Amino acid sequence: MSRRESAWLVAAAAAFVLLACLPLLRHGYLLSMGVSIAMYTVLATSWAMFSGPTHYISLATAAFYGIGTYVVAGGLGSLPYPVLVALAGAAGAVAALLVGVATLRLSGVYFVIFTLGLAELVRQIVTWVQNNFTGSRGMYVLTEITEPIIYWELLALAAAAYLIGWRVVRSRLGFALRIIGNDETVAAHVGIHAASCKLILFVISGIFAAMVGAVMAPRYTYIEPSTAFAAELSFQVVIMALLGGVHRLWGPLVGVIPFAILWELIAARFPTQTVLLLGIAFLLIVYLIPNGVVGRLEQIVQAARRRATRV
Amino acid sequence: MSEPRVLELHGVSKRFGGLLAVNALSFDVRENEVLGLIGPNGSGKTTVINLISGALQPTDGEIYLREHMISDQPPRAIARSGVARTFQLVRLLPSLTVLENVVAGAVFGHKRLWGGSARKHALRQLERVGMRHAVDAPVASLTYIDEKRIELARALASDPVLLLLDEWLAGLNPTELQVGIELIRSLRVEGRTIVLVEHVMDAIRSLCDRCVVMNSGEKIAEGTPSTVLADKEVIRAYLGEDHA
Repeated sequence: MSRRESAWLVAAAAAFVLLACLPLLRHGYLLSMGVSIAMYTVLATSWAMFSGPTHYISLATAAFYGIGTYVVAGGLGSLPYPVLVALAGAAGAVAALLVGVATLRLSGVYFVIFTLGLAELVRQIVTWVQNNFTGSRGMYVLTEITEPIIYWELLALAAAAYLIGWRVVRSRLGFALRIIGNDETVAAHVGIHAASCKLILFVISGIFAAMVGAVMAPRYTYIEPSTAFAAELSFQVVIMALLGGVHRLWGPLVGVIPFAILWELIAARFPTQTVLLLGIAFLLIVYLIPNGVVGRLEQIVQAARRRATRV
Repeated sequence: MSEPRVLELHGVSKRFGGLLAVNALSFDVRENEVLGLIGPNGSGKTTVINLISGALQPTDGEIYLREHMISDQPPRAIARSGVARTFQLVRLLPSLTVLENVVAGAVFGHKRLWGGSARKHALRQLERVGMRHAVDAPVASLTYIDEKRIELARALASDPVLLLLDEWLAGLNPTELQVGIELIRSLRVEGRTIVLVEHVMDAIRSLCDRCVVMNSGEKIAEGTPSTVLADKEVIRAYLGEDHA
């Protein structure tokens, strides 16, 4: 590890320790903002680890997230909570593996549609099972778990996402994904097994989304398929990641913070127009900053450097 | 010729719907040999390259690399066995630097280096094709011949058993062409085994040990460049009935 990398690592660790102190302020609104931001950070960062280099837009976040919440809701009472969170991760991995094997050979558009349909499919299956076998549509998630604990769990997941992402970027796997994103034909001709590279990253993003769902489950107290598998979540994650920029590990974070705050305001003031505003945000980002805030900043820095060398 | 056979094609055919692009083609390539695959436009040369590299699977027949069948394998497996290629229309990786483009050839294939050793190996290949100065340049800033050199460096980076060059000299201006021919000649002197598809007659005469001439998917002649280029059927295929 170079000196610069060690410095970054120390700074990141310090930032995490500082953020972990947020619940000590005993400010309910700030903490709930912190939970949202931490949640979206994990989801958008793990999403970008797969979609950034491969350019496959996955709308499966809501499906994995919902699977995670339902694992906790269904297993509560029979298994201890930490085991359920781990189990949710495993369920997310299996789901992502199955979906990945079936769809990663599909080209771009078909993959997007399939992943969008997936959340709906899983939701319908859960609804059907509940209607026919358990009698009630929703489930209670009653635990002793408080908001600060949820927040700390999410922070730990975020730290894990960054560590894994950082390892992947530096590995052969990360390099292979960049080549695949550039030209899959070349990737195959230099000896890369493109399908399995994509699958590994898709599974990682599935694990994270399912674990986030599991961690968030106690916050709902009562879950229904329509809340656990809300397609809106998938779109929010995509927008935040694109807003920040997906070609850097920390890019999505830059999108998550302003968007989560903005979303909080929108949801409070215009509760019935959220989907409309989400759509407008999507269009604006894609047209105005296709490489995200981070990409735009890098362009500006590069232009400034070029000007400096010319003078 | 006593050199061992590196590549063997046995009755290889490729059909696209109703079109028979390659028809029962057979030939061998021996170690350290430069084989020219020539013929008029549309005669199936690039299809043959794609069949060898695994981009396409033959409809019929077998292809062997050093006695080991490759015609039923995907391109990544064929690359790992030691076949490297360039593309008719250059395919560089635009968001990677020049150096990374070359490193890409040395990490996942026949050669499996990583980190400092991959970097050093890639720098040697850049030196080899005369592009050492462009290490950190963005791909978008390269001229056409430089792009071709980078693609060649990427292919060389895997230290291939067999190198496939698909019209590597096409589209170069006369000065660049001389540079290009010299570069490939130096590979030949090194003892590389090469199959090249080419239209440039000067290059064919000066570079190839042997030529396979194709027309409408079939082999119509095989031999040294001077013999095949004097062959009546070859002249007819290229220039038409009147010239034969």
